[in-house]
Amino acid sequence: MRIFLLLICCFVFSTAAAQQAPEIDQAEPVDDNAELSPLLLELTDANLRRMLSLVTEIEQAGGRMVLPLLTAMQDGALYYQADSRKLVERRESDGGRVTVSDVFSGVERNDVDPESLEQVRINNRLRAVLQATIARIRLLQGSDAERAQAAQIMLSNLDEENLVVLNEAIVNEQVPAVADMINVALAMNVLVTDAPQDERLAAVATLHGNLEGPVRNLLRSFMDELGRNEQDPEVRAAIESALASIERKVRFYELMEQAFYGLSLGSVLLLAAIGLAVTFGVMGVINMAHGEMLMLGAYTTYVVQLLMPEFINYSLWVAIPAAFMVSGLVGMFIQRFVIRYLNGRPLETLLATFGISLILQQAVRTIFSPLNRLVVSPDWMSGSWDINPVLSLTNNRLFILLFSIIVFVILLWILKKTSLGLQVRAVSQNRDMAKAMGIRTDWVDAMTFGLGSGIAGIAGVALSQLTNVGPNLGQDYIIDSFMVVVFGGVGNLWGTLVGAFSLGVANKFMEPATGAVLAKIITLVFIILFIQIRPKGLFPQKGRAAE
Amino acid sequence: MSQLADIWGELRRGSNTITLFVVVLFVATLVASLSNLLLPESSALHVSTYTITLLGKYLCYAMLALAVDVIWGYCGILSLGHGAFFALGGYAMGMYLMRQIGDRGVYGNPDLPDFMVFLNWDSLPWYWFGMDQFWFAMMIVALVPGLLALVFGWLAFRSRVTGVYLSIMTQALTYALMLAFFRNEMGFGGNNGLTDFKEIAGFDLSADNTRVGLFVVTAILLAAVFISSQLIMRSRLGRVLVSIRDSEARARFLGYRTDHFKVWLFVYSALIAALAGALYVPQVGIINPGEFSPVNSIEIVVWVAVGGRGTLYGAVVGAILVSYAKTRFTSLVPESWIFMLGALFVFVTIFLPKGLAGLLKQKRQGKDSDGDDARTARAAGEETA
Repeated sequence: MRIFLLLICCFVFSTAAAQQAPEIDQAEPVDDNAELSPLLLELTDANLRRMLSLVTEIEQAGGRMVLPLLTAMQDGALYYQADSRKLVERRESDGGRVTVSDVFSGVERNDVDPESLEQVRINNRLRAVLQATIARIRLLQGSDAERAQAAQIMLSNLDEENLVVLNEAIVNEQVPAVADMINVALAMNVLVTDAPQDERLAAVATLHGNLEGPVRNLLRSFMDELGRNEQDPEVRAAIESALASIERKVRFYELMEQAFYGLSLGSVLLLAAIGLAVTFGVMGVINMAHGEMLMLGAYTTYVVQLLMPEFINYSLWVAIPAAFMVSGLVGMFIQRFVIRYLNGRPLETLLATFGISLILQQAVRTIFSPLNRLVVSPDWMSGSWDINPVLSLTNNRLFILLFSIIVFVILLWILKKTSLGLQVRAVSQNRDMAKAMGIRTDWVDAMTFGLGSGIAGIAGVALSQLTNVGPNLGQDYIIDSFMVVVFGGVGNLWGTLVGAFSLGVANKFMEPATGAVLAKIITLVFIILFIQIRPKGLFPQKGRAAE
Repeated sequence: MSQLADIWGELRRGSNTITLFVVVLFVATLVASLSNLLLPESSALHVSTYTITLLGKYLCYAMLALAVDVIWGYCGILSLGHGAFFALGGYAMGMYLMRQIGDRGVYGNPDLPDFMVFLNWDSLPWYWFGMDQFWFAMMIVALVPGLLALVFGWLAFRSRVTGVYLSIMTQALTYALMLAFFRNEMGFGGNNGLTDFKEIAGFDLSADNTRVGLFVVTAILLAAVFISSQLIMRSRLGRVLVSIRDSEARARFLGYRTDHFKVWLFVYSALIAALAGALYVPQVGIINPGEFSPVNSIEIVVWVAVGGRGTLYGAVVGAILVSYAKTRFTSLVPESWIFMLGALFVFVTIFLPKGLAGLLKQKRQGKDSDGDDARTARAAGEETA
């Protein structure tokens, strides 16, 4: 029992630091602004032509303040109350939940009926104007990140208005990263105009090795006979070398991305297989219902989110211990009432646990319906870490990679440093001798099985963030998990770690050439062949106990 | 000549089981077939063509269970991938039936099956050539699963992959094949598989006579496979196999190449499974990648476990009983079947390790069963107590 509590504590504390309080934008009251409020009022009933000029007037009157308003308008999320003609923002989440909030402060307004709202209509032309206006406000008045992003957006749309803004912005720009981005935009403009040769060469030098998509496309068009087809040999050579350096970088980052996806798949495999490494590897009990322990963990996450819809962002911290308990208890139950009676008969254990997996699957199908359930990702898991325009790592995969390693370390610690771990290892090496030494082998068996199953439950929480949660979730992973454990070497946690990551990376590196399904088939065939050569896996257990 | 005498001797020694099995099978087949063909549909004793097809399906399952029992019951090799051999045999038959459709498909293309026309293929892939010939297709039915079993078995048994490892490997094998056959590029109809068959060797597949004919052929072949398996298991070869099951290391030390025995038995078993698949497809009328799914393969093992492994007739009885129960319960309460199947797994492994056949034997012999089955006796004793 201590171990359970310990694990829960570890998860709560290790992750509590990562939580952030939601930032609330503190905006000045806008409604009092004498210049702005009549314009806002007009926004609700102006025709589309008037809107075009109205947007510019609002920009001049409000400046940076009106950014949320314009953004909401561009997204089609700007509404007004039919009676008071006050503007609000109305957004619909993926799950169909509608939230109404104040446009400027972002504070949720529960007093407004979403059905009574009228939309502020926009069309494509207005959308274009809005985009330019938003970019201009950001570029001139935004924060560092906003300014860089605004300049980046302008790369693909270098019209006169944007150029004016860019030229205006570069004069006062102090931050090098933003200035660089603006310079790239200006250099692109120089290239497409009839500037003298030395200026164009300087422009190409600025673009050398730049990873932005528009830059690459522009440079390509100079090399293309059907495109701009650069005539000047010197400029052409410079462009060619600039392009080559870009392509080299792109290839490198694409490899990095593949490696990341490989590691991400590896972390999923590790999470799925590590519980199995305990029950199958350490105890020698083959548990075909292991996949269903994953599934139970994922469904626990779903239920937890149903129970606390207001706190989706914190639901995972509740779901992790809950899933550990649910799957762990079910695992202990299975061990006590089925597996115990099949001691020493591995094939029968396999069949009986498979029967249990069928029952669990069907139970979930009956309770939750056979359809996939939606598990919401908390805000801090969505989004991505954009390293450069070519390479961006999604947050959920990063977190799960980290999470899998934390789980691995904790499990390793339990097995190596705690008294339960000592007893588990003793029982797995020599059951009779351990019994003679006063170890309650029955109890150790149950606890070990509970631990392995509980970890599978935790893995299910992580999986719910990546894939659909359905009754077949476990089935999809059971064979892969066995492959990882067998490949890594039974009874060796490090083998499981290496096995999971190498299979994940190998799979993802094959995928571009072969396609996802074929890559999986090749991996399976490879393992089948590998087992013929090294039947005990990558890191076999040594010594007499292994026989 | 002396060999013939041997075989005759074996037949006489095993005559009890074999005769009983063959007689029961043939009487049942004859009664069902005749009542379908001769009695009018209004008669109470008339057996509908639907039932005949269902019975034919059960007999295919029985043959498949026999294949698993041969290796699991007599040699201790638990294959969780026998559905793969079954499905491969079925696909080979399906390809032949597909080619028999000719220009009667939806697109009316005389050379290409419908799904290839749909995928805009210009010509048949090379592995489809010759599949319009019955003899060639039948050769492929045996050849492909046989070769796969030979290669897989040779690799696995040579490096002494045994027990649970082997089971998981076979499961991975059928899983990999399932993924492969789901791909449209494989040229086997992808997700939908092969279906819409019209005729087999010139006989209309929808006709009652053909249905009954297929059923009878299945029954005859099941009897043939049963007899040949009984002969093998009663021969010296069979005794070596049992000794491998009970203690492989000891058999090896006595000088037997246990890996060779296991490989050949594995191939024999795969051939039976493939034959069952080839008989199954024309009766059911469809083959798709779902047949490769690991769950199907495990279901076969449950048939054998329920009937009692290591008896052959137990596997047949188990397959028919469980399949019948499945048909009944899925039509009555669709959701209950999976629960029952799962419970069956647990119940049989814990309380009936020798299956129904074991129960029968025990009833006949009284309480004093053989010494090496002490655990069985205890488990069964718990159940009766």
